Amino acid sequence: MNAEVRVARKASDYKSDITPIWCPGCGDYHVLLSLTKALAELGLPQEQTALISGIGCSSRIPAYTSCYGFHGVHGRALAVAAGLKVARPDLTVLVASGDGDGYSIGGNHFLHACRRNVDMTYIVMDNHIYGMTKGQPSPTTEPDFDTALSPGGTGLRPFNPLAIALASGANFVARAFSGNVSETTSIIVDAIRHPGFSFVEVLSPCVTFRPDQKVWKSMVRAAPVAVTSDPARAARRLMSDDGFNLGVLYRGDRRPYKPGMGGQSCDLTELEKEFEL
Amino acid sequence: MAEVSSISVAFVGSGGAGVLTTGGMLLEAACSTGWSGLLTRSVGPQIRGGEAAALVRLAARTVECHSDRFDLLLAVDWNNAHRFDAEIPLGSESLVISDPQGGPVPRFVAAAGARIVDVPMKDMTKMNPEWRPNMIALGAAAKLLRFPEDALQRLIEKRFSAKGAAVVSTNLAAARAGAAAVEKLDFPLRLPAPRAGAAKRWLITGNEATGLGAVRGGVRFAAAYPITPASEILEWLAPNLPKVGGVLLQAEDELASINMVIGGSYGGVPALTATSGPGLSLMIEAIGLATAAEVPIVVIDVMRGGPSTGIPTKSEQADLNIAVYGLHGDAPHVVVAPQSVADCLFTTQWATYLAEALQVPALVLSDQFLGQAQTAIERPADVAFVGRRLRAEHISTPYKRYALGGTDVSPMAIPGTPGGQYTADGLTHTERGTPTSTVADHRAQLDKRRDKLDRFVYGDHWATLEGEGELAVLTFGSLTGAAREAISIAGASGHAVRLIAPRLLAPTRPQEMAAALAGVKRLLVVEQTHSAQFHAYLRAHYDLPRDTRVLNRAGPLPILAGDICRALLAKEAA
Repeated sequence: MNAEVRVARKASDYKSDITPIWCPGCGDYHVLLSLTKALAELGLPQEQTALISGIGCSSRIPAYTSCYGFHGVHGRALAVAAGLKVARPDLTVLVASGDGDGYSIGGNHFLHACRRNVDMTYIVMDNHIYGMTKGQPSPTTEPDFDTALSPGGTGLRPFNPLAIALASGANFVARAFSGNVSETTSIIVDAIRHPGFSFVEVLSPCVTFRPDQKVWKSMVRAAPVAVTSDPARAARRLMSDDGFNLGVLYRGDRRPYKPGMGGQSCDLTELEKEFEL
Repeated sequence: MAEVSSISVAFVGSGGAGVLTTGGMLLEAACSTGWSGLLTRSVGPQIRGGEAAALVRLAARTVECHSDRFDLLLAVDWNNAHRFDAEIPLGSESLVISDPQGGPVPRFVAAAGARIVDVPMKDMTKMNPEWRPNMIALGAAAKLLRFPEDALQRLIEKRFSAKGAAVVSTNLAAARAGAAAVEKLDFPLRLPAPRAGAAKRWLITGNEATGLGAVRGGVRFAAAYPITPASEILEWLAPNLPKVGGVLLQAEDELASINMVIGGSYGGVPALTATSGPGLSLMIEAIGLATAAEVPIVVIDVMRGGPSTGIPTKSEQADLNIAVYGLHGDAPHVVVAPQSVADCLFTTQWATYLAEALQVPALVLSDQFLGQAQTAIERPADVAFVGRRLRAEHISTPYKRYALGGTDVSPMAIPGTPGGQYTADGLTHTERGTPTSTVADHRAQLDKRRDKLDRFVYGDHWATLEGEGELAVLTFGSLTGAAREAISIAGASGHAVRLIAPRLLAPTRPQEMAAALAGVKRLLVVEQTHSAQFHAYLRAHYDLPRDTRVLNRAGPLPILAGDICRALLAKEAA
């Protein structure tokens, strides 16, 4: 993050006057709350903060904040954000996504964003379902979950986003639960502060198409072990946990991608010399 | 001995045999001497072991297309050279230098009745293992074309001095041996004396000119995914953007590169990506986003043979339809096409200016012929088209990013500007950017995006208009040079012919085109597409004369001045 300016701000200062169109009870309301609380805690100026998203219920979030926002096409938020951050390293760049947008159509960008390690924070609201298109299976949906598009279930093993992020080079890997607002806030604050690409998966229940996720609040628990900076240890934990361990699970020290923007500036005629006969 | 206005030379050989280098060196030596010339390349898909041809046309004045016949063909070997039968037309007057060890002479060469002379290049390298056959061929060509003694020597020194004196002298010796091998040969063509004081010229490719035009226009951010034949634009920008405070970011795919460019430009930095047909297909959705969210971007499409993977290494103009019509919904945007290697610079610079001024995507339709052609040009004056975006600054009232009723282009707040926070959106939005699905909001924003393009004053740059007369050739892009030469040939036999070549393909300019066509009785439309896409586009948007004929042909075979001239002067429509 850049230019941490200490100004007393409230979470409500980071909310826009637009009323969210999420279903009553949607976990994303709490993600919005945690996010705005985190921005307030960091005291980030709204005009120096940009929130980028793709398409899906989660991706509606930029317009509900008072920061600069970009609501692009399905799956490409990370690419827009990388372009923005490299062109404007002075900004604090956050990216919001969901399990369909981020792990399915945007899966390739996820891998390369982790690898590229541009300094930004990626928050994925994972509800194991496509909500906006009314209940199709996503890459994190359980194999036996019955939907109109996958009668009897997909039979496919769910994607392990945290393990993939780690293997691809993400510098910060955390899991949060939308219902735990203060903990989620603190994880987002940590993620923004941590240099490089920070990945926060937020379990965010879909009350409309996954009423079974109401039990999540009794299933989640603080990870029983402390954060590690050893990727091998983190990988073993992530491959063996049940998906409900919360907290910062890996914190790396890779140097963030340093682009050359704003570097030396020569006269354009310098560039022309190579063409002279 | 006949003095001719141009001489055409082809080098062929296996991929990796160095014939493209040889062609480039012949062109550079000629241009440093004061001649002009054009070098294009034709290669198979393989990186090594395929077939390659360097096609060079040398002249006293600028040439923008190839001629109908090659006067000199030098074959380092004949490996798969039969694949060039349509691309290297020969005549009975042509001279062919062939290595007897290079495989059988292809049928098309023998069938042309050309004079074939053996030069045992491979045998010569056996005695001097450091020599390369392509340098022998280069020496032979320079000798036959009567280059001044020192022209090649200076170039070899320039090219190889970094590798040490031994490398310089080896290559010089090989070139001299090539010259000696053809010393007694009679080659009857001669170029006019080279222009004196032809310094201050540039030797440049279309792709390099495109990169420089972008930088002149203000581009400081590029995102890149490699693709033939556009990679050279990105490879030129990669080291050069940082020198002017910019940056190039390599993307994981074209979906990422186009969205990175949108992100960079949303941040206030003029941004560009370059690709070819397959990449453009992947980018189309995001170009629509940039149209809806009103984010200026520049997208270069160096067209190649399509559809699908098509012919990556060879030229065609068949991306016209996707460039003009490929976006879903009603998505007005800018499409421009450069008309020569030099014009790649101007048109890309202008495209950057238009994109920024109109807050819109601008597509530049270059092609493999222009992009990979190398030629000598006068240093282009800087036309001062620098992208200037209308920005919202000092915002006091609630900011409306997509405001109606003010200027055609609404001021854009750049992140960092206090009070300008808004969410750029691909969803239909209100003036503030808030998603909406009402009839009135949808129509208001569609009108806004149409009107800002329609009402803009594009000036004379919208088209190249030359000549008078009731006959006219209407073409676009890389065929402009061939059309101009055809008109010059027709003029020599007393036919006055106009040239109409729109640089601006979208938005269309009905009034200007009507004025350009006023008085034209017979029109010839010329385009390198299989399905006459340009003609269909013209018919959709413009009133064409009753007697309109079409010369359309799929790539990669170039449409030559002679083809256009014959079609133009034919009594009846074909």
